[in-house]
Amino acid sequence: MKKTTTKQKGTIIRLLSYVKPYSGWLVLALLFAVIQIAATLFVPVVIGEAIDFIVTKGDVNFDGVFKKIIELGALATVAAIFQWLVSYCTNKLSYRTIRDIRREAFGKLNSVPLKIIDNSSRGDLMTRVGADVEQISDGLIQGFTQLFTGIVTVVGTLCFMLGVNPWVTLVVVIITPLSIVVAYFIAKGCHDKFKQQSDRRGELGGLCEEMLSDIKTVKAFSYEEVAEERFADINGKLKKVGTKAMFYSAMVNPCTRFVNGIVYAAVAIMGAILVIRGSMTVGELSCFLTYANQYTKPFNEITGVITELQTATAAASRVFALLDNEDEIDDGERTLDARGDIEIDGVYFSYGDRPLIEDFNLDVKHGNRVAIVGPTGCGKTTLINLLMRFYDVDRGEIRVDGVPVKELKRSELRKNFGMVLQDSWLFHGTIRENIAYGKEDATDEEIIAAAKKAHIHNFIMRLKDGYDTVISDKGDGISQGQRQLLCIARIMLMDPPMLILDEATSNIDTRTEIRIQKAFAEIMKGRTSFIVAHRLSTIKEADIILVMKDGNVIEKGNHDTLMAMGGFYKTLFEAGYGNNT
Amino acid sequence: MFKLVRFLKGYRPQAIIAPLLKFTEAAFELIIPLIVADIIDIGIGGGDTSYVIKYGIIMVALGALGLGFSLSCQYLAAVSSTGYGTNLRKAMFSHINTLSFAELDKIGSSSLLTRITADVNQTQTAVAMFIRLITRVPFIVVGSAVMAFTINARLALIFVAGAIVISVILFFIMRTTMPSYKKVQKRLDEVNELTEENLSGARVVRAFSKQDEEQRDFGKATDGLTKVSEAVGKLSALLNPLTYVVINACIIAVIALGGYKVFDGAITQGQLIALVNYLSQILLALIVFANLIVTFTKASASASRINEVFALSPSVTDGSDADIALDETAPEVEFDNVDFSYNADRPSLKGISFKLTRGKSLGIIGATGSGKSTLVGLIPRFYDAVGGAVKVCGTDVKKYPLKQLRSRIGIVAQKTGLFSGTVRENMQMGDKSLDDDTIVSALKAAQAYDFIAAKPEFLDAKVAAGGKNFSGGQRQRLTIARALAKSPKLLILDDSSSALDTLTDRNLRAALKDIEGLTTIIVSQRCGSIRHADEILVLEDGEIVGQGTHEMLYESCEVYREICMSQGVTA
Repeated sequence: MKKTTTKQKGTIIRLLSYVKPYSGWLVLALLFAVIQIAATLFVPVVIGEAIDFIVTKGDVNFDGVFKKIIELGALATVAAIFQWLVSYCTNKLSYRTIRDIRREAFGKLNSVPLKIIDNSSRGDLMTRVGADVEQISDGLIQGFTQLFTGIVTVVGTLCFMLGVNPWVTLVVVIITPLSIVVAYFIAKGCHDKFKQQSDRRGELGGLCEEMLSDIKTVKAFSYEEVAEERFADINGKLKKVGTKAMFYSAMVNPCTRFVNGIVYAAVAIMGAILVIRGSMTVGELSCFLTYANQYTKPFNEITGVITELQTATAAASRVFALLDNEDEIDDGERTLDARGDIEIDGVYFSYGDRPLIEDFNLDVKHGNRVAIVGPTGCGKTTLINLLMRFYDVDRGEIRVDGVPVKELKRSELRKNFGMVLQDSWLFHGTIRENIAYGKEDATDEEIIAAAKKAHIHNFIMRLKDGYDTVISDKGDGISQGQRQLLCIARIMLMDPPMLILDEATSNIDTRTEIRIQKAFAEIMKGRTSFIVAHRLSTIKEADIILVMKDGNVIEKGNHDTLMAMGGFYKTLFEAGYGNNT
Repeated sequence: MFKLVRFLKGYRPQAIIAPLLKFTEAAFELIIPLIVADIIDIGIGGGDTSYVIKYGIIMVALGALGLGFSLSCQYLAAVSSTGYGTNLRKAMFSHINTLSFAELDKIGSSSLLTRITADVNQTQTAVAMFIRLITRVPFIVVGSAVMAFTINARLALIFVAGAIVISVILFFIMRTTMPSYKKVQKRLDEVNELTEENLSGARVVRAFSKQDEEQRDFGKATDGLTKVSEAVGKLSALLNPLTYVVINACIIAVIALGGYKVFDGAITQGQLIALVNYLSQILLALIVFANLIVTFTKASASASRINEVFALSPSVTDGSDADIALDETAPEVEFDNVDFSYNADRPSLKGISFKLTRGKSLGIIGATGSGKSTLVGLIPRFYDAVGGAVKVCGTDVKKYPLKQLRSRIGIVAQKTGLFSGTVRENMQMGDKSLDDDTIVSALKAAQAYDFIAAKPEFLDAKVAAGGKNFSGGQRQRLTIARALAKSPKLLILDDSSSALDTLTDRNLRAALKDIEGLTTIIVSQRCGSIRHADEILVLEDGEIVGQGTHEMLYESCEVYREICMSQGVTA
């Protein structure tokens, strides 16, 4: 328990460092809040004074009343204006703070080692940048202002009451702890119940997601009834905790209202007795009663804020956990315009404690074609990861033109590679922008030339908006194959000395397939190429074939030598590898 | 919103009694200022301390009673609103299960998920708030005004004027901010979209060293979000200060006019204080009301999204209640001039006719979008044919009870996953009573036995949601095993062996051939997977352009030959 509070404290302190650039807004917000509260608290005093001028039939000091009314109007206006200003400042403060946090989080996604992204669920990362950051604004920053306002109101009310009459104030102070105790117990109960509730909700959501995302299977197996039983079971449990959670949270208002009632009655009795004794006026009593009415309201709010704060701190700590990931740092600063010679020298690599590549050596001269073959899941992408330095080798060295890649800036290494992956990534933007992704200052002529070389120009021209057609990540009438062609055009424009190509296995229609092969052949001319190969022709034409199995390179050579070796490659080949994968 | 009230079924008494209880509490609350007025006018006026104490105690007693009533109300509200949510969720889930794909595709699974979770919760909260506050707020507002009328009718008119002004303010602020909230949501979606894009393209972004540009675009998007958020914030922050000003204007009016009334002896000082107190009560109630309105606007949006789901009616329903007799001599599957389209203007399948004899295998090949998956989806009635007839065992599939039809068919759809649980639970999806022997033989046939046997927990090995703890190839083999475990007469593999290496694929096909009386349909993009089938259908743009064996088609069908050649397959 104590540990969590210190952790929470750390989170809040850290959050403050993000607030710092906007501390001007914060200071203003707090200052305005104090002014607003002071004005608000003054209002009952003035009302009380006005009432004291209105005693009974025939005994009304109209001059006094009107003077007070003008004061009252002025105070109320000031209070209202400053209340708005407080919101204005906190809005600026919170929206700008979370904008910064969000940007930093997004930047983090781009600077962490790829391993972090590969190992996290995409939905989880998105929640951190999206909903969690939002929660910080709602809970922590707005909550903080509310908390501050609440406390200032309570303290301010007490001061004002003291100023009016210390004895009645004493009564209020004695009853106050009751409020706090009630609020504390309810808040505690709420927290537990809400946690249970959100666990159950998560469980239910999980089940729904599973069933809904794979509803074909549900129907194919006539699994509907069983699914409904499972659903009903969790739903029933959720109902139980849900009722409790809702009841607990709904207890806050009536309970504090009751405490409020006690304060109110006590003030009325004590005050009335004092008025009878002549040590207080009726107007002062009226003013006290108004205070008593408002007094427990901040307690109510504080209780609410505390629950919010807890969820928000949890959200903030998730965001900070993301920010705490270490950046991928360039250890070298060298630049490179490669010719395309690659040496892989005694490389070892493992994912966690699962060793994959062991003592791998390879010498590729510029212009060579290297085909990587092997059954699905054999770790072909591992090699790409190492060449591009998405991941670092455990031992050994990879050299480009004799320069160890560790001595290069990552961006320098990567700009020398053109990469076309199977799941072709295009971003939301026009076709022109997508092709020019690697060369932003490309002219239209260059872009069109690249598209022509990639055999995609004619297709683009058939689209209604041609090169200005907007495409999105989801794809709109543009097939997987055409997307891959666009990615090839992108590389054509960049003109890198080395290539990494991933031949598609399926989901591409024949005609596009033929175009892709032509485009691949075109782009490979004179460039060092690594191809994750599925096609016989590609494999046969390769200078070096790497045969991979279970993450390791088990055979190496060209088609003829490998066939002659009679090993795994031969088995694979005779089973028709190039034919049907 | 009100359409959903039916889900309060079973909780109606609670839902009706709760507001009444709250009503009583609110009534007590309204009496308080009157008691205070008496304390001031009679107690203080007469210097009667015991009167003051007596009435003070009455106030506490009323408060305690009020607490009792209101806690009961809150409890009943919690019971009935969660009851409502539970009913609604259950009904929705069952309803979704009756829907067929034609309807489900309209909404999409991720949106359905939001609707059954977040949207239901939103309306559940609204129901609770409604039950709790529906009587309280108007009663306090109206009651305070009425009480004011009993004190002095002319002064009470100020209350009416105040209420009208505040309603107008509420209305205008709501009307201007609502559309802006939508704008904020849109900007937020944009930010989320960029994040998703960035994550899915993490490798490409790095390969092109585009991190700075990505950051710049994201910066722009967040600036936009900040700007609209601040604009809405400025407007909606007006609500409370304006209400406050109006109420205080009313108080000023009451004091000014009240002063004259007291001077004339029409009301007492205590009554004047009571009037001021009623006004501050109204202020507090209205602030609650403003929050309530926000909750309700959100909830009514949720409610209409929920109602959209209920408005969908299943297009595929049981053809008969009782199992029908099967003609074991008829072809296992027969398509008789079948047409199908997802939307009216573009047909997806045109004039499909073929017969598949029991125990034989059929391969279907064609480009993406040629209609392969659509065709096989018609057999278990994932969709219904628009024209012509799909027959299984000589009977139109539309005449079967769905359960009987689907229990005959084992289909492994494209991109199928596994469900969280154990391997055994997954294998038993079609039939809970399957014994381990059946499961093991299904695993063996699907080439999945070895890697499951290697696990110490064997059939009790855990499966994560979607089967993510297995590799792509293993997952496909397990889904095939799952389909085989229910001993289907007809097995349909819809592009579901794509992640298998050639050897495994070949072994799988051999094992399937050995299963007595099993008819198989294999859909693939790859010739290698289907070339050995007894018959092959070649689809292009929803039509059959070739039908026959591999050798026949290679000779006669240009499309088929083209596909084969592009994959390096020869006759």
